[in-house]
Amino acid sequence: MRKLFVYLKEYRKECVLGPLFKLLEASLELFVPMVVAAVIDRGIAFADHGYIVRMSLLLVGFGLAGLAFSVTAQYFSAKAAIGFVTRLRHALYAHVQTFSHRTLDTIGISTLITRMTSDMNQVQTGLNLTLRLLLRSPFVVFGAMLMAFTIDAKAALWFLAVIPALSLVVFGIMLVSIPLYRRVQEKLDAVLGSARENLNGVRVLRAFRREAAEQASFGEKNTALTRNQRRVGRVSALMNPITLVIIDLAVLGLLRTGSLRVNAGLLTQGAVVALYHYMGQILVELIKLANLIINVTKAVACGKRIQAVLDVEEPQTVEPELPKGDPSLRVELRDAGIRYHGSAADALSGIDLRVKPGQTVGLIGGTGSGKSTLVSLIPRFYTATSGAVFVDGTDVRAWDPSALRQKIGFVPQKAVLFHGTIRENLLWGNEAASDDEILTAASLAQASDVLAAKGGLDGVVEQFGRNLSGGQRQRLTIARALVRRPEILILDDSASALDFATDAALRKALRSLDYDPTVFLVSQRTSTVRSADQILVLDDGKAVGLGTHDELLRSCPVYREIYDSQFRKEGQDETAR
Amino acid sequence: MKRQDNKKAPKGTLRKILALLRPYRIWIVLSVLFSAVSVAGSLYVPICVGRIIDCILGPGQVYFRRIADWMLRIAAVVGVTALCQWAYGAMNNRVTYQVVHDVRAQAFAKLQILPFRYLDNHPVGEIVSRLIADVDQFADGLLLGFTQLFTGVVTILGTLAFMISIRPLIALAVVVLTPLSFVAARFIASHTHRFFLVQSEARADQTAFLDEMLGSQKLVKAFGREARSVEDFDRLNETLQTVSRKAVFFSSLTNPVTRFVNSVVYAVVVLTGALLCVSTAGTGSVFTVGALSALLSYANQYTKPFNEISGVITEFQNALACAGRIFALLEETSEQPDSPDAKVLTDCKGCVSLRDVRFSYDPAQSLIEDLDLTVQSGQRIAIVGPTGCGKTTLINLLMRFYDADGGSISVDGTDVRDLTRESLRASYGMVLQETWLRSGTIRENLILGKPDASDDEIIAACKQAHAWSFIRRLPQGLDTVIGEDGGSLSQGQKQLLCIARVMLCLPPMLILDEATSSIDTRTEINIQKAFSTMMQGRTSFIVAHRLSTIRDADRILVMNRGRVIEIGTHETLLAQDGFYAKLYNSQFAQ
Repeated sequence: MRKLFVYLKEYRKECVLGPLFKLLEASLELFVPMVVAAVIDRGIAFADHGYIVRMSLLLVGFGLAGLAFSVTAQYFSAKAAIGFVTRLRHALYAHVQTFSHRTLDTIGISTLITRMTSDMNQVQTGLNLTLRLLLRSPFVVFGAMLMAFTIDAKAALWFLAVIPALSLVVFGIMLVSIPLYRRVQEKLDAVLGSARENLNGVRVLRAFRREAAEQASFGEKNTALTRNQRRVGRVSALMNPITLVIIDLAVLGLLRTGSLRVNAGLLTQGAVVALYHYMGQILVELIKLANLIINVTKAVACGKRIQAVLDVEEPQTVEPELPKGDPSLRVELRDAGIRYHGSAADALSGIDLRVKPGQTVGLIGGTGSGKSTLVSLIPRFYTATSGAVFVDGTDVRAWDPSALRQKIGFVPQKAVLFHGTIRENLLWGNEAASDDEILTAASLAQASDVLAAKGGLDGVVEQFGRNLSGGQRQRLTIARALVRRPEILILDDSASALDFATDAALRKALRSLDYDPTVFLVSQRTSTVRSADQILVLDDGKAVGLGTHDELLRSCPVYREIYDSQFRKEGQDETAR
Repeated sequence: MKRQDNKKAPKGTLRKILALLRPYRIWIVLSVLFSAVSVAGSLYVPICVGRIIDCILGPGQVYFRRIADWMLRIAAVVGVTALCQWAYGAMNNRVTYQVVHDVRAQAFAKLQILPFRYLDNHPVGEIVSRLIADVDQFADGLLLGFTQLFTGVVTILGTLAFMISIRPLIALAVVVLTPLSFVAARFIASHTHRFFLVQSEARADQTAFLDEMLGSQKLVKAFGREARSVEDFDRLNETLQTVSRKAVFFSSLTNPVTRFVNSVVYAVVVLTGALLCVSTAGTGSVFTVGALSALLSYANQYTKPFNEISGVITEFQNALACAGRIFALLEETSEQPDSPDAKVLTDCKGCVSLRDVRFSYDPAQSLIEDLDLTVQSGQRIAIVGPTGCGKTTLINLLMRFYDADGGSISVDGTDVRDLTRESLRASYGMVLQETWLRSGTIRENLILGKPDASDDEIIAACKQAHAWSFIRRLPQGLDTVIGEDGGSLSQGQKQLLCIARVMLCLPPMLILDEATSSIDTRTEINIQKAFSTMMQGRTSFIVAHRLSTIRDADRILVMNRGRVIEIGTHETLLAQDGFYAKLYNSQFAQ
């Protein structure tokens, strides 16, 4: 948690002024019973009308001053809390930008979104309340006691007895009930999970005729929840009656002591009234404090979760001596492999591949064979855990990641676009591209008709590209990579939603590019890779074939199997074509 | 998600709520009584204290006997009040949680008999939120809100009565002034409302941005857009800061302002009370210092219930809306129950015939029309078509998840509507491509169809399903716990489990869905083998993606856009040169 306070530094002034003004307001409140005592002992006792009026006006004055103080306090604490969270959000977002793919996989995107949104809001509320109230309540409690001591030390002893007793009850009940509430939350999660599971699996459950059994198991969870709710209810229902008894017993004691002291001429009637009112103030503030602590606990938990993400650092491993690659090759993989974090087996192992500038490489294999993993090693989205990957003869670990990625146009498997115009989306590839360059890239990517249909470069793309079809999105993501005029173009199964004619036209356009990029084509279709200069066949993370289409048909059984399943209709004639 | 139609007919909703509360009416009546007593008690204490203060006038002027009497009275009143407070708190808890329990149980029972027509049209999240969030909100707002409202009103009336009994004039001053705090709070609330609107818009913008950007963080990195995306985020962040500051600050003015009004009321009571004390001194109706003290206590707490009530009323409306949504769910038309003379399907041969079957999800858009199909015992029917072609529609009709709108479907010569749903569904084994596994052990997942299966039976089924080799290697074998949706299992393994599940009870008819792409070759071969073991001598409906399956089928049903457009064998359909021929050529040819 402590690290978070760095972001509060800028608001040090507000963090002091907020509580300070709140305390000023609270001290005014503490003077009110004294004024009332004075009205009774002097105004009423001596029938001093003028004094009564002046004192009443003083009370109104207190109210006005209190209003001014607390408005000021609210202003400062709102400013500090919101400013703090704004800084923190920025820091967290910027920090997330430094995460590697591996870290992103470990933490999970949905976790990050929760941290950035609901956890942040909770922290903001918690801090705001803390600045306003955390000091105020104890201040009023102890202030009331101090005032009581200034009135009469002997009577004030009752305060000394009551405050610990009340604190014990209020915080004791809180302490007992917090874990119970947690149990309730667990049981509620179980009920929720049970309902969701039942709905998600409704077809299977009804097919297996499990309705009655489901109802029984839901009933158990439901009853367990109710039992726990009632248990915590029983505990918290004790709070009001017990505090009431304690306070009123103390009032009786106070009146008893007070009456003896007044009889002995040591105390006035007004002072007794004032003491009685101080007693009332204590209870109200203690209960407020207990509620506040619950809120602050929640905020602290959220703060810790945010802190945990901020604490995630990318491991900085310095390679002692990186091997040198063949400088005549654009991309080289030398015995490269990777085992994903927390995984028991290699996702890819022992891959050797030598790619000259301008060559086209096909990557083919079943799902999970490691095709996408292989291409993600080239821009170093993931770092190879064995062997080495070179670009232009330099180990990718020696490249500055952004300079490396600047050379590469990457078209991901999942075609994702962003809210904005088509132009804004395509500029991702190259901020400096002119409209002409963008249009050229779009036409190469066979996306001209998408532009025509969606209103040109200024056509609006909705969030996640929802308003476009899968094929339209794919062509735009290809255009986005081409806008960069990359030296290396990676298409990670990026033509799967295209029909055969468009796919063929796209491959033809790629061959015609004047800057002659090195192309990696990942695909499940042999038709997509068949004209590549070399085709790497992957099976279960290992290379099982490397060569041209014709070579592989002869030498690689896996490749032939894939080809047959797509073209030959299992030993039958080829009449269908 | 608030809907417009929630506001209407609250009267009906109230009546239904009362019906829910009926079993607990004794507790409710007692709770109301006890809370009334406890409010009266807590209002009476300041008066008693006032009386004691009047007995403490000055040195030598303290009346200890009378003080002792009043103290005894206070002790007794406090004892009773505390007991009543505890009692009504406990009773409210009991009623609230019990009602919640009842409503949830009813709603869940309802889910078991709701037709698929309803379930398919309502997102799971929405139904779950009715069952969980709405029920909670309903309980909190309505039941706990009710007690707060009740004690609040009683406190206000009681305070008024006590104040009037002490001094009507001062009571009048308080009554005239207090609504001011009410008005002030309302004024602030209505004026800060627009700041809140702006804030929630800014917040929504930021969340949408985060959803999009963090969701595609890897892409951001691929294009080296890290710095740029921080810039974009900061713009939204600054806007949010500006509008939040306004919203939070202005809304936090309510408390100081009402407190100020409160202190004015307090000052007025001090002024008028003290002046009265002075002017009535020595007259017949003395206004004592003790009475003033009691009035001051009241003035302090008089405005509190007002603020509480205004909060409670909004919650109350919200709770009514939630209750309305819950009742809407409870009152949905259930699945048509089995007719009383429905037969139990036994010794099913697996002859299925569809005659003139007509069906559509939406009356305005007809889907299946005049579908005729006769399937002999043991035949294989392949269902072919592009994704989203409506293969589930056919499964829905066969399993009677939906009933046909016209025509008839019969099994072994009996119309399915004359069979019990239970026995019909028991005659089908179903393996869908969207595998569903529950959180629990592998064993719990496997015995869904045969809860009393022995380990030997389970293992035999797993072996037949080619699932045993991977289950065996799991850390706890059959007792390995998997999360909802299979957790760490691969898609192929999940499907093998689903096959083993059916293998265990192996019914006479099968509905199978071949996997498309997400499975590695080896597992796929295993699945194929498992499928063919199962299909031996069983009537099977297969949603087919593999050429071999299609070619081996006795009949092929070609579907497109929800309709069955062609029926025949591979050869006749190719000869027809229709949709099937086109599909065949595009999917399996170059």
